[in-house]
This record gives sequence, structure tokens and C-alpha cells, in this order.
Amino acid sequence: MSIRYEKDENQIVTLTLDLKDRGANVLGPDLLEPFAKMVDELEQDKELKGVVLASAKKDWVAGADLEYLFANNEPEAVMRLTETFKVLARRLEKLGKPVVAALNGSALGGGLELALACHYRVALRNPRAKFGFPEVKLGLLPGGGGTQRLPRMIGIQTALPHLIEGKDLKVDAALKAGFIDAIAETPEDLVAMARTWIGENKYVAKPWDKKGFRWPGGDSKRPDNAQMWAIAPSMMHQKTRGNYPAVKNILACVYEGSWVDFDTASRIESRYFTQLATSQTATNMINAFWFQRNRINKGESRPKGFEKRLVQKVGILGAGMMGAGIAAVSALAGIEVVLKDVAKSGAEKGKDVTRALVKKRVDRGRMDQEKADQVLGRILTTDHAADLQGCDLIIEAVFEDRELKAKVTAEAEARIEADAVFASNTSTLPITGLAEASQRPENFIGLHFFSPVDKMPLVEIIVGEKTTEETLARAFDYVQQIKKTPIVVNDSRGFYTSRVFSTYVQEGMALVREGQHPRAIEHAGLEAGMPVGPLALIDEVSLSLIHNILSQTKRDMEAEGKTHEGHPGDPVVTKMVEDLKRPGKKAAAGFYDYPDNGKKHLWPELGKHFPLAADQLSQAEMQERMMFVQALETVRCLDEGVLTRVADANIGSIFGWGFAPFKGGTLQYINDVGLKTFCERAEALEAKWGKRFAVPQRLRDMAAKGEIFQ
Amino acid sequence: MYDAFVYDAVRTPRGKGKADGSLHEVKPIDLLVPLFHALKERQSLDPAMVEDVVLGCVTPVGEQGGNIARIASLYAGWGDTVPGQTLNRFCASGLEAVNLGAAKVASGMEDLVIAGGVEAMSRIKMSSDGAAWFLDPLVNADTVFIPQGVSADLIATLEGYSRDQLDAYAAASHQKAAAAREAGRFEKSIVPIKDINGLTILDHDETVRPETTPEKIAGLKPSFAMPGEMGFDVQAQRKYPHVERINHVHHAGNSSGIVDGAALVLIGNHEVGERLGLKPRARIRGVGSIATEPTIMLTGPAPASRKALAKAGVSAADIDLWEINEAFAAVVLKAVNDLAIDIDKVNVNGGAIALGHPLGATGAMILGTLLDELERRDQTLGLATLCVGAGMGVATVIERLN
Repeated sequence: MSIRYEKDENQIVTLTLDLKDRGANVLGPDLLEPFAKMVDELEQDKELKGVVLASAKKDWVAGADLEYLFANNEPEAVMRLTETFKVLARRLEKLGKPVVAALNGSALGGGLELALACHYRVALRNPRAKFGFPEVKLGLLPGGGGTQRLPRMIGIQTALPHLIEGKDLKVDAALKAGFIDAIAETPEDLVAMARTWIGENKYVAKPWDKKGFRWPGGDSKRPDNAQMWAIAPSMMHQKTRGNYPAVKNILACVYEGSWVDFDTASRIESRYFTQLATSQTATNMINAFWFQRNRINKGESRPKGFEKRLVQKVGILGAGMMGAGIAAVSALAGIEVVLKDVAKSGAEKGKDVTRALVKKRVDRGRMDQEKADQVLGRILTTDHAADLQGCDLIIEAVFEDRELKAKVTAEAEARIEADAVFASNTSTLPITGLAEASQRPENFIGLHFFSPVDKMPLVEIIVGEKTTEETLARAFDYVQQIKKTPIVVNDSRGFYTSRVFSTYVQEGMALVREGQHPRAIEHAGLEAGMPVGPLALIDEVSLSLIHNILSQTKRDMEAEGKTHEGHPGDPVVTKMVEDLKRPGKKAAAGFYDYPDNGKKHLWPELGKHFPLAADQLSQAEMQERMMFVQALETVRCLDEGVLTRVADANIGSIFGWGFAPFKGGTLQYINDVGLKTFCERAEALEAKWGKRFAVPQRLRDMAAKGEIFQ
Repeated sequence: MYDAFVYDAVRTPRGKGKADGSLHEVKPIDLLVPLFHALKERQSLDPAMVEDVVLGCVTPVGEQGGNIARIASLYAGWGDTVPGQTLNRFCASGLEAVNLGAAKVASGMEDLVIAGGVEAMSRIKMSSDGAAWFLDPLVNADTVFIPQGVSADLIATLEGYSRDQLDAYAAASHQKAAAAREAGRFEKSIVPIKDINGLTILDHDETVRPETTPEKIAGLKPSFAMPGEMGFDVQAQRKYPHVERINHVHHAGNSSGIVDGAALVLIGNHEVGERLGLKPRARIRGVGSIATEPTIMLTGPAPASRKALAKAGVSAADIDLWEINEAFAAVVLKAVNDLAIDIDKVNVNGGAIALGHPLGATGAMILGTLLDELERRDQTLGLATLCVGAGMGVATVIERLN
């Protein structure tokens, strides 16, 4: 049985949810069918005094059964599942007897919605427990009555952020927000408080089920609410660029629901939920943020047969921005750190990053001073290679210069154990080449961190030609140890992330060269769902750096006897750096001007140096080019074996450079467009803009066979 | 087709649309009733001859709701037999009422009608009737709703109008309106609003400030910078992606004033005029209602004017005087520019920046102002036009007679 029924001498029934064969209580047919039978019984029980809803799992209810939902996403099936749940919740709400949710742990999504249908909610003071509506993060909305009950409980304007932002609250915050009514200090108190409340409240009905219900904070007609409705879609667009239908549908549910009675409103909500659950966007997001991320976190790409090993002591060579950040996240994860730079003062400066980070946490009450001191105590700053003794992992984070890297590699290897892993945090230089400087190339691997290290969730692990499986397994374990998501790629120029990311900014520059309006180019990038426009991004990376890489690549290719074909955007870099002396943001002069007092704005003279073409492309065409070029390059990475897994491609693109999350990643983007359509569109783009849009054979074959990337 | 003649036009003075405005104490129906009385008296009119009353009203709720046209004529004592209706073409409702009245007459459907409008903005707040357009989040997002002020700022940005330019235009509006008021040029049409004892409450347009100079309004804070920053600017950029930043240049001093007021126009065919001994003052030569891009919203006057001019069979150069509603200073400059007309022929007695814009009534009011001025100057052709919410425009060409 998935639900335990117990009735005590006071005629109070406790229903304990304990979904069979699952780690957590999730709302799907397996739980709802027995639940319905229980509710039948409760309704017929004349002696009943009240009901306590409890859980035997470590959390209360984790939400809807996503696997079930994903497997049954036909409109009729989703509508049926949604309404089945809501009818049950409503029957409990209208039972006429008090129903209390005894929340021993988290109540999220559908779980919180079930709790809101109860008449009273007591939560255990459980520091782990979270309460909120994460649906929006998967492209869904709270479809179990959440968009209707919460605004009727705490007001329209107060409820909206909780529904739209998908943030969850800890127990104290949940009490303050009005999600819950009371906090119990112990599990015994939890049950006692639930029963006491039942004893004291015999006749219960929700305010919206009583005559003369008035909305807290007023209804949608009230002038301040009307004003809010007028601007809310614009405020949302500023954040979502209209790419997240869930946000729109949540606004619609709350707005439309505010004009009608609860039951009608609830049905309206089901329809908007069903539209999302069966949408391509939710498919994309659930695929990436649920299924594929889970696969990665469970170690799909970690070689089997090697025991999980934690890093005890990491040596970091170079205390610049990257090295300092890596030191911080390592120390925070409990790892001893040796932070080495040419001078001790440089290493200390690097440690300042951690100091600032823990101070911020202490100031915000998210870390106590003792813990902060411990974290700082783990970082040894030095200028002596001898201090690297005993490190089981070295991460080299010096300048992107082969000779310098070779020098520090040799220096460190002289000090460390033979089985220590040596990782290079390079973003551009091939690992196999760097490994040539190593005595133990089988222990050599690439760990490509992203900046700022403490914020960016991804690490790209690069396997060199001679890197062993064991080295990979250990690098993988380290990345998880510092609570980041690892993707695994094979060695190649730019690896996966830098290589594909650069196609986006290059496309932006190609558009500049063609004479497209720079502001329209930026706008197209943003509306396509990229976090920053391509030109602003180039300024951040710096044109001079790109210029250097271009020259280096050209030299390398020529040295290898190949010809460097270049990109139509390349001449723009040359012109900006060499002729116009606009190397980027650091110099306060790139595609943008950076006035001392004021917001950056596009350099007014761009139009003079890159005159506008008579034929200005549509936003749609520019967006298509920017997105297709990334998707196509990703397919080439698969073809060349740089990538071996679809999940790595998708998660790497979203977490690495912010590729449109609602598209579910670079390969899921192709699924979204449809492989056949994608090939046709790419052919058209190739005919017009060149062979960077050429369709790889693999894609044609997949399209012909009706396959998708999964 | 019959000729539609304007036989008379009357209006209330415009009172400041706030609690301290002189007409705030006056109910919307009491703005209309004295106008009905005045028309009856001035033309010795038998109200039973009037076949419809078409009134513009943009916020028809509360005491202004429920078809105030029919109720006002009843309450004015015009008898049981005069039908009435209200319409909503947003800011051009009053002119649209005139055009619809003219169409009724021209088609032969009716011989004699009243057109006009009413808006007691101090009592019934603008937008308090709600709207799918801005309230409903799906509609709002899909149709790219932004407030008119941001649209006006967008026009100024695209056309390169500076704050100084707009402020100079606004100050001139006050100067012209003050001079006109001083010279008594509005008196021909104004029906003073009196209380139940016959004491005058207001007999002149009270928002005109002769002392206004560009310097004096230069310090006013832009009204739409904050809402723009909160999200509306980004919405506007969806439609105008090459605009990097919207220059927020409109403010309370160079935008139309919120006021209370009403206006009525008597329209009929030749035959009914003869029969009742009415003297036609003007012929309605051509009308035009158009719609254009709704986010920039306020660029309708030029295309609406072109349509009306075409119907009238005349060109912009033939028009002696223009009334282009001063919803925002940039709207007038843009229309003048698009139509390539002489700005000295436009709004010669000031406009809504100085005099105010009682939404449902303004169109009928400026038509009357235009006619009065054509008569005073002994000129012939005039065109009145207004920009309209959601991207529309309405225009009317009149030919002054005798």
C-alpha cells in the first residue's frame, strides 16, 4: 500500500503517504488511485473529526510524477491527470472536516499544492526542507491549483513572484510568506500540533468557499493591480524575451482566474497547464534539466570500474582570476589547497577572492565565522614548488602560453606523487600537445573552468590522447566534489564549448561586416535566447584576445601544413583591433563605448566603418543564423568524436555559455526545429551565407531515418 | 449621396481634470445638458426633428456609462423620441462621432443628427473601464502593449526631436491659446457651465498658462522614463530593434492636459436645413479612419489625413488651417513632417497641451474651433485630425460656407 490509514480514539484519521518502490512521494496514478479510495471513505465517515496528511518519506511530497507526465503527454491524458488530482484536492478542501498537512520535509510543486488544499499546514523545523513552485524551471506551471489558491491566500501581487520565479523557501521564510501556518520543533510536536488544531477547529471552509470572499490585496480591478497587469508582461519580457511560455501562462492563470469562481478558475489553470505540459518548450527543458542532467550527475560519462576517490589536497598553479576561483570552490568543498604563484603576494591576492566570497556569505548569514575561518585555513599561499608535496591533484591555471605551461608542469611533477592527476585549465590549447611536456601524459587531463568560477556550474573535462580512464574517473569525481557539473569531451582545438561558443560571436561579426545594424544584431542574439548579444560578448572576451587566438591558430595551422580558411567575421576583428584601436571592454573601447558615468552604448562611429547595407535582414533570419551555426558546429563535434554524448552537448551548451535554456541545448535545438526542417533551412542558409551552414552527413542520415538526438 | 452640413457646434469650457479643477463638482451628464439647451436655443430647434445623438465617450463607466447619449437628451428635456448611442474610438471618439453623424446624413439614413462627446476625467479616471489590451497578460504581450507616453518618446527618438524642440512647441501652444482666449476667439462656441442657481462655475478654458516659457518647463521630469525602464522600452525595441535607447522627452508640460469637458455638433442635410431655417456653416468634405502600427501608436494623423484629403478630392497644400490634436508634442511635429505642411497653419489657437484633451469630446471640440477660425479668417478648407490609441487615426476635412 502506498498510503497508510490509521484512525485514533479521537476519530482523527492520519493518512501517511509512502509511495511503493519510490524514494519520494510523487503525484501520479500510483499515489492518486489509492488516495481517491481513502477520500471516498473519509467522506462517508460520519464520526470523523479530522484528517492529518503525513509522509513516511524523508520529504513530504516532491511534486508531480515527471516520468509519468513525460510518457503521457497527450492533451487528453494530461488534462485527465491534472483534473484527477485537483478533484481529490478539492474534495479534501470541501470535506467539511479539518484537514491538516503535517509537513515533515519538503513540499514542492504539486506537493505544496496538495498542502495548500489542506486547511492548516504545520511544518517541522527541518533545515533541509524546501517549499515552493519549481515548475517554471521545467517549462511548466503549478497546475494543481497553485496559481489559484496562493493568490487567494496572500494576494495577487504577493503571489506572482513565487509562482513565476520558481524559487523555494526554507521553513522560516515559508511561514513568513504564508505558505505554512506554524512550525513544529520536533516530529512529536508536528503530530501534536496537527491534532490540537483539528480539536480546536471543527467547521472549516476556505475563504473563497464562503460568501462575500474578498481578495487579500484586492482583485484585478483595483487600480494598483490593474497597473501591475499592464506592466507585468513587459517586465517579464525584459527577463524572458518571450521565450518562456510558462511565465505567460502563469500570468494568464492568475489574471483570468481572478475574474471567476474557484472551480472555474481551477479548470482554466488545468487548460494552461496542459498546453505547457504538451509543449515543445517543456519537452526541451525537462529533457535537459531533468533527464539529461540526471544522467550526467549519475556518472554516465565516468568510466566504470574505478572506485570513487575524493581529492585531499589540490595544488593550483597560477593565482590569477581562474586559479583564485578554483582555489575558492575547492576550499569551500573541504579540500586542502596549495595556491602557488610566482610571488607570494600574487598568491595572497588570489586568496583574497576566497576571503571576499566567505565574507559575503558570513555577512548574509549564510555561513558562520568558524566555518569561514576553516575554509580560509585550507588555503596555503606560496611561491615555492616544494609546497606542492602531497597533492593528489594539480590544476595548472597560468597564461595560455605553451612554454610557460610546460615549465610549470615540469616544476610541479618533480614534487608530486607518481599517481597524482595533472590538469590544465586551458580554454583553447589542445591537451595532447600540452601533455607532451609531462613525464606522465596518462595522468594528464584538461579541466576547463568557466569564469566566474564560483558562479558557473560547468566544468568541461578534456581527455587527451594518452589520458587513461582512471585519470578521467578521478577528474570527474573532483568536479562533482566541488559541486559542479562535468561534461566529458575529447581533445580538439577549442574543445567543445569554446569552439561552438565562438561560432555565435563570429556570426555576429559576420553580420557587422555585411552591414547589418549593430543594435539589431545584438537584439537578435538576446531575443534568440542568448544571455548577451554577440558584440557585447566580444567586448567582454576582448577583441585583442580573439585577434591573438586568430593569429596563433593561423600560425599553428600553417605549421601543420594546412591552410587556415578563416571566417567572414575575422576581418572585423582585424579592423577593430589594428585599424580602429578598439580592443574591447578593458580599454573602454570596443563595439561599445563605456562612459565613466553611465551605461555602455554602441560606438556611434560603427556605422561609419561598417556602413549599413541597403538590405537589412529580418530579426528572424539573424536569429536563425546565430542559432543554426552553433547547432551545426555541435553536430560536427559529434562527428569528430570531440563529443560522444548528447547530454554533454546540451548541458554543456546551457551551463557553459548560456545557450537558450528553453531550447534544451544545442542538439535539442535541432530536435525542436525538426531534423528534416533543420536540414532544409541549413541548406538554404548555406546557399546564401556559405559553407559554415553545410549540413553534416550524419544529420541528413538521421533526418532520413526519422531519428532525433537523445 | 447627400451633402452633410455642419449647422452649429458648441462646447463647454475645459476644466482642470483633478479634484481642484472647476468642473470636478459637475457630473458628466451636467456637462452635456447645457449644450443640448444651447443648441436648441441658438437654432430654435425642434428636438423632435433630431434622429440620433452619437457621442464619443472613452471611459463609459459609472455615471458616464450606460449610454449617456440617450439619457442626456432625455434629461435635457428633448423628449422621448430622440435615440442616442455612445462610441469609443479612444482619443478621436468625438471626431468619429461627427464622421458617423455625417455618414448617416450623407447616406440618407437620417436627415438631422447630433454628434459630439463627453469626458469628465476628474471624476472617471482614464482606463478605469479596463481593457483586454493592457489588463489581459496574453493579449498585452502578443500585441506588444506600451503606454502612449512611451510611444510618443519612441517617435521623438526615431525622428530625432530634442527635448528643447518639444518644449518650445509646448510653450508656443500656451502662447497661442492665451492670445486666442484673450481675444475672445473661443467665445463663439463656449457655453458656460452654471450651477443650479444660475451662478457661473466656469466660462473659460482654465488650464492655459500664458506665462509658460520653454525655460519654465525645461526642468520638468520625463514622465515615462521609469515605466520605460521597468520594461516598456524593451517591448518597444521588439518592434524597433535598431533603437538602442529610447529618449524619454515627454512630460506633463509637453503632453496634453487631463481635463473635463463636452461638445456637440449639429449635422444635417440641405433639405432639413431649408425646412427648419438653419444656416449651414460648413460642408463635411471628406473623412478618414485608419489604423497603423500599434506600438508606436501615435503616427495615425498623417495617413488618416491623406485618406480624408483623397475623399475630399483636395491636397494637403489646399488646406488653409489644420487642427492636429496635441496629444504629445512629438505627435504634431511628426504629422507636420509626414504631411509636409506649414506648421504656421497648424493649431493656430493652441491645442490640447494648453487647453486640455477631454478624450471623448476633443475631436468634436477641435472641429468647432477649426470652423470658428476659418470663419474669422475668411478661409475655406480646414482639416481636423487626432492620433488614436492602439495605432489608429481619424481625420475630417471641412469646407467653410458663406
